[in-house]
Amino acid sequence: MSLFQLSWKNLTNKPLSLALNLILFALGTGLISLLLLLSTQLQEKFDKNLAGIDLVIGAKGSPLQLILCSMYHVDTPTGNISIKEAKPFMRQGHPLIKLAVPLSMGDNYENYRIVGTTHDILSLYNAEVKEGKKWEKTWEATIGAAVAADLGLKIGDQFQSSHGFASDMDMAHDGDFVVVGILKPNGSVVDQLILTNTQTIWAVHEHAAEAISDTIIAHDAHADDFKPLIEYEDREITSLLIQFKSRNYMTLNMGRSINENTDMQAAMPAFEINRLYANMGVGVDALQALAFAIILVSGLSIFISLFSSLKERRYELALMRVMGASRSRLFFLIILEGLLLAVLGCVLGLLLSHGGMTILSGFMKDAYRYAFSGWVFLKEEWILLAAALGIGIIAAVIPAIMAGKTDISNTLAEG
Amino acid sequence: MLQTKALQYTYDGHNQLHFPDIDCKKGEQWLLLGQSGSGKTTLLHLLGGLLSPNTGVVNIDGTNIASLKGSALDRFRGQRVGIIFQKPHFVKSLTVEENLLLAQQLAGAPASKSRIRELLERLNVGHKSRSKPDRLSAGEQQRVAIARALVNQPAIILADEPTSALDDVNCNEVIHLLEEQAAAVSATLLVVTHDSRLKAAFRNQIQLSSLQGNPS
Repeated sequence: MSLFQLSWKNLTNKPLSLALNLILFALGTGLISLLLLLSTQLQEKFDKNLAGIDLVIGAKGSPLQLILCSMYHVDTPTGNISIKEAKPFMRQGHPLIKLAVPLSMGDNYENYRIVGTTHDILSLYNAEVKEGKKWEKTWEATIGAAVAADLGLKIGDQFQSSHGFASDMDMAHDGDFVVVGILKPNGSVVDQLILTNTQTIWAVHEHAAEAISDTIIAHDAHADDFKPLIEYEDREITSLLIQFKSRNYMTLNMGRSINENTDMQAAMPAFEINRLYANMGVGVDALQALAFAIILVSGLSIFISLFSSLKERRYELALMRVMGASRSRLFFLIILEGLLLAVLGCVLGLLLSHGGMTILSGFMKDAYRYAFSGWVFLKEEWILLAAALGIGIIAAVIPAIMAGKTDISNTLAEG
Repeated sequence: MLQTKALQYTYDGHNQLHFPDIDCKKGEQWLLLGQSGSGKTTLLHLLGGLLSPNTGVVNIDGTNIASLKGSALDRFRGQRVGIIFQKPHFVKSLTVEENLLLAQQLAGAPASKSRIRELLERLNVGHKSRSKPDRLSAGEQQRVAIARALVNQPAIILADEPTSALDDVNCNEVIHLLEEQAAAVSATLLVVTHDSRLKAAFRNQIQLSSLQGNPS
């Protein structure tokens, strides 16, 4: 009958009080751990998808919306920009710009966004083709790993897009896409995209326009596949992702000058995302404060249940002294009970948060275009466990001192 | 085996209790009679080292227990002195068997389930070894308390009113068992009581006078 066994039996002898303490503690630590998991993974994904993009050029509107739409694919576009206006930034050999990746959006297949772009997007996100090849001709699509896995698409499969960003059969376009390639999974947003060329997006919408006007004209899709985009001056794209050769005051001025002198806007991802973190931070801080309050209450609850159990167990403790237990042994018995409660509660909370995260990640994938993982352990969680140990000890220390000070003779004389 | 000399204890600074000297030889069985307020329990606690006297000496098995400090005294008590209280109390979360295991462990004795089983059988409560103590009748509880006092084969067994809560049948049985088991481990037995039913059972008796100093 070790001290450990004894304290465990003392705890399990009161299952209701044990359950209450464990649940309270698990709630507090679980909430903190869940917040940690969410914010670190969200931040991680956001940072990863910054992908060295220095500037996003798109239609005027909310800069954050432009960033979220063009880089994270979670919001709708602010509108379109004409190639005529964007042309100066798309031209090869611009002195400041290393890469300019055009994006055309507006369609989806089974909720996965179809993006008309150039092969440069692959180098931006360091994506590689796993199977098949990159899209070349109109209607050819190279799909992200998550799209392929989720929808079970293989090379050679055909599908029809639908208009907008949510799957809706009534809005289906005609014209069949052909899967020609599948990308390696790399954890970036590309995993969740269907990539094709810009002309295809135009063709899809031309088709739609023709269908509405009821003048069906044979669609010549393949004729101008290889004409550079900048020659389509009367066409539009959604946005332009810009990577500079290097950052300096000239690149800083470029954004300002676009905003002041054109009908387009330029948004800086790093700046907008930091603003987003700051806004999100308020909510996270509030939840964290709530979680700490719960942990505090659960520490108090451990203290109260140990304290009140002492009253009932006074005779028991005196008896243990009679049987040869020293003061320090009684002290450690109570400390151990507090520790056990806190550690078990904390472990239960961590299990809850990681299990919850696994379930949540299913829902979050649609909302944020990223797969979250429930089974990642952060070093902050070790700190959480250490803090739980501390709270267990602090909650138990006063009852433990009282247990150690039990006056054997007085207690036993009372009978 | 058990000797006291000029024991004196003061309650609340002025209620002085003086106790007669005691000298019990190994294996002897003594009855200490006294009315309520005569300091019976105080004396028992002094003998068991649960209280320390203002003056005077308690010698157990040649050791002056005043010379033992802190956990050494706790350990000595656990090994050498078995105490049975008026109301049997146990560690409620443990079974009868586990309570006895705890007594062995706290005294630093090796755990011996066979010894516990044998003892409980002898006291006729073997079938209750896996029950929680509060499921037992008063008589059974007192027998388990005796088993616990005996489990480490102490040199001295002190019993404080072991029969006051029992009816005549259980009273006789418990006293008989106490005497028998104390003899089996050749321990010195000292029973403190006001229960006159026990007078006939003991040859050696000490009477505590009811007026000592200034009882309140």
